[in-house]
Amino acid sequence: MNVGNWLALGGAAIVALAAVAALRRRITATASGRRFFRHPTAVPGLFAIAAPVVAPYPPYFQIDITNPDLPPSTQFLLGTDPYSRDVWSRLVYGARVSLGIGAVAMLVAATIGTAVGAVAGYFRRWVDTALMRLVDVGLAMPRIFVLLMAVALWEHIALWVLVLLIGLTGWFGTSRLVRAEVLSLRERDFVVAARAAGAGSGRVIFRHVLPNAAGPIIVSAALGIGNMMLLEAGLSFLGLGVPPPAPSWGNMIADGWHKMTVAWWASTFPGLAISLVVMAFNALGDALRDALDPRRAGEEGGEGGGAA
Amino acid sequence: MTEPLLRVRDLKTYFVTEHGSGTARAVDGVTFDVLPGETLGIVGESGCGKTVTSLSILRLIPEPPGHILPGSFIEFEGRNLLTLDPRELRAIRGNRIAMIFQEPMTSLNPVFTVGDQIAEAAIVHHQVSRRAARSRAIEMLRLVGIPDPDERVDHYPHQMSGGMRQRVMIAMALVCRPQLLIADEPTTALDVTIQAQILELIDRLQAELGMAVLLITHDLGIVAGSADRVVVMYAGQVVEQAPTATLFARPLHPYTEGLLASVPRLDAPPARARGRLRSIPGQVPAATAWPEGCRFHPRCPYAWDRCRAEEPPLLDAGGEPGTHAVRCWLLTDPRRRTPHP
Repeated sequence: MNVGNWLALGGAAIVALAAVAALRRRITATASGRRFFRHPTAVPGLFAIAAPVVAPYPPYFQIDITNPDLPPSTQFLLGTDPYSRDVWSRLVYGARVSLGIGAVAMLVAATIGTAVGAVAGYFRRWVDTALMRLVDVGLAMPRIFVLLMAVALWEHIALWVLVLLIGLTGWFGTSRLVRAEVLSLRERDFVVAARAAGAGSGRVIFRHVLPNAAGPIIVSAALGIGNMMLLEAGLSFLGLGVPPPAPSWGNMIADGWHKMTVAWWASTFPGLAISLVVMAFNALGDALRDALDPRRAGEEGGEGGGAA
Repeated sequence: MTEPLLRVRDLKTYFVTEHGSGTARAVDGVTFDVLPGETLGIVGESGCGKTVTSLSILRLIPEPPGHILPGSFIEFEGRNLLTLDPRELRAIRGNRIAMIFQEPMTSLNPVFTVGDQIAEAAIVHHQVSRRAARSRAIEMLRLVGIPDPDERVDHYPHQMSGGMRQRVMIAMALVCRPQLLIADEPTTALDVTIQAQILELIDRLQAELGMAVLLITHDLGIVAGSADRVVVMYAGQVVEQAPTATLFARPLHPYTEGLLASVPRLDAPPARARGRLRSIPGQVPAATAWPEGCRFHPRCPYAWDRCRAEEPPLLDAGGEPGTHAVRCWLLTDPRRRTPHP
């Protein structure tokens, strides 16, 4: 148990350090020295918490149901929840669920968004108009309500369906971004040259246009994961996301919430984890943007103004 | 007479401008032939429609705003390119007709190795395997005179100089052994010394591969050195067409005359050497509002009433029939070839 605890502590430290480092980088990014450690260190930290090795108890294991709400101690790092489960263990396993949902949903969203944006931007004319009006509609819809409605319509929705739904309602912004990129790239000489060489539309889009738009797409995906996770946490908190026995940061908050006054730790730590990780993803996105933007690579932080 | 490889007849490519300033008649009734194996030079200043002509041949005009008017006709190897469906057109692009562009810096995709880009046309058109495509790329790099082709094939465009990139562009264009190479200002972005090398390379490859070259340029020196025949364009039209030697010896259109007079020459006759270098007064008019009558008349030193009222057709200028044509009323009234004060 002790070894497990130390490992757990180490894992927590790595997450915290990664988040702090990323945040500090973001702060220093506004000043001149933005050249140090552009490449995100947040990723190894995130993977570290996904490893079940650092969890001392199984996530569903109720240690002593007659004696719940134990405060943080050396045995239960972050205390136990109202169902007498180890909060730290659940946090670690919940990370897999929360991060997994965020990543898969973002993958779905980025794929659809990229495809729609590329098609709209490349073919323009009525294709563009039709797709972009669709995106307008999508952006105008309040996502959380759409998801709530879907969940309310189908009782006991499968997790993968939920993930798919989160992804399917999250691609609109990406498609706008990709469309803008493609609109400018399609006019570039090398695209004309590729067409002159006999390449068809598909080949031009996938080989010549999209690889050159990879930077912004990756950045927006990194920024988007945070949003996806927040959405999942929100749904789970409302009891409409990940079904209860399985740990997700959202339903962990929900589990501890009604005993907030006597056992603050059960809700607070998952909440903190969500905030930290979402911030880390934002910082990661910013760092990636700086690292991938060729214009930023050249300048030495001269002008401080301009877009972030 | 040999059958032309490419026949362009009455090509009209117009652009609809967005904010009501009308239609830009960028190319307005251009006619010329390219014979197999020859080099045809197209010269003219910026905005005369050279590039639009070349893009129209491969139907690479952005539509909208551009469109090629019905009634235009571009025949290549017996087929009208303007009526081909996209699939047939793609089978010609890069395969039978290839193109090289002005800017080697921006015409290569920055995220792929030059080997990949050279091999692309071979993969698209001949479905060769990756390995075969790679060795084809190396062979092409060697052909265009790039040292260490085995190594260079894996380099990215930014690792190469402008001249090398233009060589890569040529390698890309020639990988399928096209019958016609359209070279749109192939040397404009390069140093003078590199220019000469690139032109020599094109000449050599043309002889080796037996292809025709459509050389588009604003530089009369390049035309004099490389082209067999020359088409002079002004304001979207062909104004003079002649074998290179004839054109330089006996330019008949006042615009051609002006162009030749504005080129500094080391071997200039003494009479001209004393005077200042001449230039053509005025500017090319906007493509949305070509002048009435002869489009050159506002800048022409010989212009008279007829030039302002009536647009001249391409008139035969004598010599061997059908070789020298000029769009100028002076041919009907040669005595007027004395400039107004």
